[in-house]
Amino acid sequence: MIRLLALRELRSLFSMPSTWFILALLQFILAWFFLARVEAFLEIQPQLAQLANPPGVTTTVAAPMFNTVALLLMMLVPMFTMRLIAEERRNQTLTLLLSAPLSGLHIVLGKFIGLLTFLVVLVTGVPLMLYTLALGTQLDHGLLLSNMLGLLLLTASYIALGLYISALTTQPIIAAIGALAVLLGLWLADIGAVAENSPWHAISPLNHFQNFNNGLLDSSDAAFFVLFTTVFLLLTIQRLHNNRRYG
Amino acid sequence: MSNIAPEITLCARNLTRRFGNITVIHNLSLELKRGEVLGLLGHNGAGKTTTLQMLTGCLLPDNAEKSECSIEICGIDLLRKPTLAKAHLGYLPETPPLYRELSVNDYLTFAARLRGMKSADVAGALTQTLQRCGLEAVGKKIIGTLSKGYQQRVGIAQAIIHSPAVIVLDEPTVGLDPAQIRGIRTLIRELGDTHSVILSTHLLGEVESVCDRVEIMQHGRLIYGDTSAHMRQHGNGKMSLEEVFLEITENHAAEELAL
Repeated sequence: MIRLLALRELRSLFSMPSTWFILALLQFILAWFFLARVEAFLEIQPQLAQLANPPGVTTTVAAPMFNTVALLLMMLVPMFTMRLIAEERRNQTLTLLLSAPLSGLHIVLGKFIGLLTFLVVLVTGVPLMLYTLALGTQLDHGLLLSNMLGLLLLTASYIALGLYISALTTQPIIAAIGALAVLLGLWLADIGAVAENSPWHAISPLNHFQNFNNGLLDSSDAAFFVLFTTVFLLLTIQRLHNNRRYG
Repeated sequence: MSNIAPEITLCARNLTRRFGNITVIHNLSLELKRGEVLGLLGHNGAGKTTTLQMLTGCLLPDNAEKSECSIEICGIDLLRKPTLAKAHLGYLPETPPLYRELSVNDYLTFAARLRGMKSADVAGALTQTLQRCGLEAVGKKIIGTLSKGYQQRVGIAQAIIHSPAVIVLDEPTVGLDPAQIRGIRTLIRELGDTHSVILSTHLLGEVESVCDRVEIMQHGRLIYGDTSAHMRQHGNGKMSLEEVFLEITENHAAEELAL
């Protein structure tokens, strides 16, 4: 059932021209950024070589690239999550799901996994581009893997948040603005807080991504993402139930 | 089949629903047998749609936790075991729930699978439903490009594709031309032989031509229930069904005022 809902979500996404447009545009931007980083690396390579312990190509090209993708996703994810429930409600298609033999968990997980799959496809270009560097040099696979894992967890948490906000309203645009506002707010609060131990750092997904970005696998960061995602998925299920209760 | 009492496929007891301070449905009880077409008749705002939403599990009655309130579909409790009970339901809401970007075939396949049909059975059910609803010619078209009448038929098709025991149709003939209305009525009649159908309408002609039984709703209460043949005799055969309906609802409104 979950797979069926996820596939339907994907089919609807890929039947819209705007999806293909974003897909193409994003590949272009990422490729541009990648080439710019590689060029910069080649320019400073002679100077780097004089250092005692020079940073490699993975640190100077891959890590900043993943960081940019993380920021880009923060803006992109709300544009996709807005449709998930708000649009179904506006088009009255939610009734089809509510009157079908599905639990709230099925509906929410189906949508979550559907969109997560899509976004994974959307950013697969990044590791593929980075692995082309392996043709000419040695890559730090550990750093790349930790970045990919971090990005996956980060995306999941963004989607869960966007899904919940989408479940609160009937207007997709409001859902998009709401999700973007919350994500931007968390990010700004994180970079704005000066104190090292400020609680703002603890609740910002992007801050928890930094360790993954540096190649540091910290179980508390992973736990944060899992908790963040679970909480918002549960809230969405509850919200769908309240939909039946309060109309 | 004919000598044993037909089984009861839908049984709702004491449904009450409030929106804010306004009670929209008062203690409503309904029963539906297999092979029966029940027409829910009433003015605008009488509570027909709300009732159907509750019967399909899209809306919970206010007293859902209390034991006096229950909705059973084929003997399965909708309020306590919703996923089991809903497998026997087909529902066409007021606005057909269509994914406009999908093709008719894809959409109906999705609807069938969603109701738990095995993928091996879907192809057969799809051909049959397309033929029944007169959609063979548009199977490959995108739903968003179809006319309103065709969209309405796709809406009916998604409600019957998994041949559920109980079919709930909220104003099924809205937006159709006279020829299509006749086609859909014949279809509902056909469905009524093997399934139970409950439909809401404010068209009296519809009641006359397809329903075995009528329940008239007003202000959230069922005020009159009888077979449609009996209803016709209500005015000693002199009045048209329309006059009977108006007389019943006006009498009831007067009684309410007197209380």
